[in-house]
Amino acid sequence: MDRRTVFEGKLLPILLVLPQLLLTVFFFLWPAGQAIWSSLTREDPFGLGSTFVGLDNFTDLFTDPLYLASIIRTVIFCAAVSVLAMSIALLLAVFADREIRGRAIYRTLLIWPYAIAPAISAILWLFVLNPQVGLLGRWLNAHGIPWDYTINGGQALFMVIVASAWKQVSYNFIFFLAGLQSIPRAVIEAARMDGAKGWHRFRTITFPLLTPTTFFLLVVNLVYAAFDTFGTIYALTHGGPGKDTETLVIKVYRDGVVNLDLGSSSAQSVILMVGVIALTAIQFRFIGRRTNA
Amino acid sequence: MSQAALAARPADVALSAQRPDWLAHTILCLGVLLFALPVWLVFAGSTQDSGAITRGDLSLLPGTDFSAYAHVLTQGTMGTEPVWHMLLVSGAMAIGIAGGKIVISILSAYAVVFFRFPFRRTAFWIIFITLMLPVEVRIIPTYAVMSDFGLINSFTGLTVPLIASATATLLFRQVFVAIPDELVEAARMDGAGPLRFLRDILLPVSAANIAALFVILFVYGWNQYLWPLLVATDPGLDTIVIGIVKMIGVETQTEWSAVMATAVLALLPPIAVVVLMQRWFVAGLTEGEK
Repeated sequence: MDRRTVFEGKLLPILLVLPQLLLTVFFFLWPAGQAIWSSLTREDPFGLGSTFVGLDNFTDLFTDPLYLASIIRTVIFCAAVSVLAMSIALLLAVFADREIRGRAIYRTLLIWPYAIAPAISAILWLFVLNPQVGLLGRWLNAHGIPWDYTINGGQALFMVIVASAWKQVSYNFIFFLAGLQSIPRAVIEAARMDGAKGWHRFRTITFPLLTPTTFFLLVVNLVYAAFDTFGTIYALTHGGPGKDTETLVIKVYRDGVVNLDLGSSSAQSVILMVGVIALTAIQFRFIGRRTNA
Repeated sequence: MSQAALAARPADVALSAQRPDWLAHTILCLGVLLFALPVWLVFAGSTQDSGAITRGDLSLLPGTDFSAYAHVLTQGTMGTEPVWHMLLVSGAMAIGIAGGKIVISILSAYAVVFFRFPFRRTAFWIIFITLMLPVEVRIIPTYAVMSDFGLINSFTGLTVPLIASATATLLFRQVFVAIPDELVEAARMDGAGPLRFLRDILLPVSAANIAALFVILFVYGWNQYLWPLLVATDPGLDTIVIGIVKMIGVETQTEWSAVMATAVLALLPPIAVVVLMQRWFVAGLTEGEK
């Protein structure tokens, strides 16, 4: 990060970097510190004070079957969303990379969904899958397939997975397409001349060359599914029915903001922080950078 | 990236003259439909009678009645602000966050790259750490800090805390590091001071990056849900994303065509930004990966 020529002066650069530093300290580091501190304390029943309880909040969490169930649910949810969003995106990218007529139009028509908010994606899917007003949901019920995600937990989980993955396909598509375009033509041509065809060529040449992109996207998708889908899930199911779509982030919100259990909610926040730090570290270790806001 | 990659493909012209690649067209059309259909359905519904939708008569054929748009824009639905106001809040929030992030990131990246000052590396690492602390993992404590500052239910509280951005700072640092030393030397010999160098050389050079980042951050700001849900309970600060989720809260008496019209209105601005600025956006998004 060093360059040879630099400008003189100490005060100016400090002033320039100050706004960013202040925001970071006040809205990131301080709350993170508070989270760590309150995860080690417990409020008395009247909310008048709190006592230091060491790691009790954490041991409570990891012996709580509800929390463990939420972890497993989150893992299933994240895996399903990532695999679904990435495989559809890869399929589309492979065909959009071919030299076909109207290529530019296809790209635009596949890129715009990047702009859809997670919560709005939930609203759109409500009109597809809602048992009363949704086009497909109503059709299923009319044809003898009982469909109601407001009472059936499995169907609710399916629905939030679909709505979450759907919104993420565009992002993955953009990166897979860029990855495919950066593969030198000569490599593909050489494989073609050696007689490697279609699926075989993809499996043995193209896909291995895409590994860095795939790995980068896997981490981004896991982070997306774990955190950014709050809006999708909360708008569709509020984590219900019961706790059937309650991922870890929904649980932090329900426990902290709705049920006001600050100690436990903070401990959960700290656990999530460790999770994000681990994922980010893995990413930097293997690739170098992450590019979402 | 795409320009160079495309130029390196002499086979392009020859191939496109061959017979159409039906498999590719079929799969891509299915993909396009997968995204377009839910949005089309909602658009079609926004022109139909609410009562009919409640009875389960939602149709893929749009009607001719666009009154739901005028209705939600001017009055909203039961218990919500009018949608024009929500659009205004969302727009101000998205532009505020995008603009704010870009400005403070350029300034801090500039300081870190072009100056030597005490604790430079420490400052860089403090900024860098924010990568690891998304809002979602620090819900409660952030709320506590916000109320200590008296920022709950204020527009400042809605935007300013989201303005710190490690990603944007890293991106600009990358752009600035790549600027040749000769250019800096030349500017200095011409008597350009640090701020003039920033204004006359760095900003024009990174214009494409700024445009790309603006798209990404505008969408990021427009699409926020958890943050406004947390810090703004005052209906006057409802963004359109918050507002529409409120509208479906009372499912028994939801005015469906109004919800659908609002959904279309919520989608239009960010989609317009992405489509109109697509070239910079795609290049800027994927550039960081190389």
